[in-house]
Amino acid sequence: MLPTPSTSHVPYERVYEPAEDSFLFLDTLSSGSETAFLQKRFSKQSPTLTSTQSSSPFVVELGTGSGVVLSFLHAHAASILGRQDIITTGVDVNRFACKATVETVRAAEQEQDARALSHGFYLGNILGDLTGFIKLGQVDLLIFNPPYVPTSELPRLPDEEAKITTAYERDSHLLSLSYAGGMDGMETTTRLLQSLPEILNSSRGCAYILLCAQNKPEEVKKQIKSWGSKWAVDTVGGTGKRGGWEKLQILRIWRTQ
Amino acid sequence: MKLLTLNFLTCAVKACKSSSASFPLHPKDCELVSDTIAPNPQLVYNVLPRIDWNALVTTASELGFPTLPATAPTKEELENDEKMMKELHTLLLETSVSEGILVCGNCGHEYRVKEGIANFLLPNHLV
Repeated sequence: MLPTPSTSHVPYERVYEPAEDSFLFLDTLSSGSETAFLQKRFSKQSPTLTSTQSSSPFVVELGTGSGVVLSFLHAHAASILGRQDIITTGVDVNRFACKATVETVRAAEQEQDARALSHGFYLGNILGDLTGFIKLGQVDLLIFNPPYVPTSELPRLPDEEAKITTAYERDSHLLSLSYAGGMDGMETTTRLLQSLPEILNSSRGCAYILLCAQNKPEEVKKQIKSWGSKWAVDTVGGTGKRGGWEKLQILRIWRTQ
Repeated sequence: MKLLTLNFLTCAVKACKSSSASFPLHPKDCELVSDTIAPNPQLVYNVLPRIDWNALVTTASELGFPTLPATAPTKEELENDEKMMKELHTLLLETSVSEGILVCGNCGHEYRVKEGIANFLLPNHLV
């Protein structure tokens, strides 16, 4: 078992606290089947690869929250991806979450340094909405634990100029952004799925996205299969069947050529 | 955020996507910080093939770093050029932007960097 990064410094009144979904990511990414998949995919030593294809993978997490998932992947890059020369960055719509992630990554790096172990190269966190500002075709590995809870409406994105009356209102608005997913809990995830073909690297691109049962995962998988034979999708992690259905599951979506 | 981040960022405005002027963003009034990082030649070798060298040359020159060669050095060249290796180590791994503005060369939109975090949230009229 790889150690879980410390998040004791995170202000949970305004940043999503690591929960069952976050831990499902840690378990899934460090499972035998996924580390085998990732190590093969991002292998440095293959005679058929060009230097661009064997170069440092670019790893992006959207909606980092506390930063527990990104820090885990960043700190344990050598165990999970089979290489430590990964470039990592995180994105969140919540400034407090961005700051928390910076701290969490720093603490995880110090843990690794203290044990004379390696970690990736962290660029920093960006305040932003999904991937609209990331250069196309660059992301090799994308992680997204989206706001997946079905809600009657989607909270507006933070606008730094907006007048917010109380700190409590601001904090509950920021927290709502971490879970409220609008119709079927899919409004944000659908937007991200639509951008995947242009955002993911054309040879190595791969994404892990968490869904809950109300997101209708089978329909999501069907939709991805309709992209054609150059794409594949599989459920690679889940919380276990309860009453016949999986409460949470993680999809792996990847280019097959 | 590390200076290298600029090699992965473009303007978030949709209409700018098709314009080559939206990459790289241009740093303005930036405060830079340098963290000491132990030499890591392997990381530099493996990062170089995947970055946009021309964009790095532009960014480095706009921030007042020594002029980089017109084409990226190969691994073999770097192994024999300690000075270039040191310059790239400083530029790619050690340098961060802590405060300042990133400007789109196409639409002129300014993205503010505050406490090392760049803000790419667009005002409503640009979404």
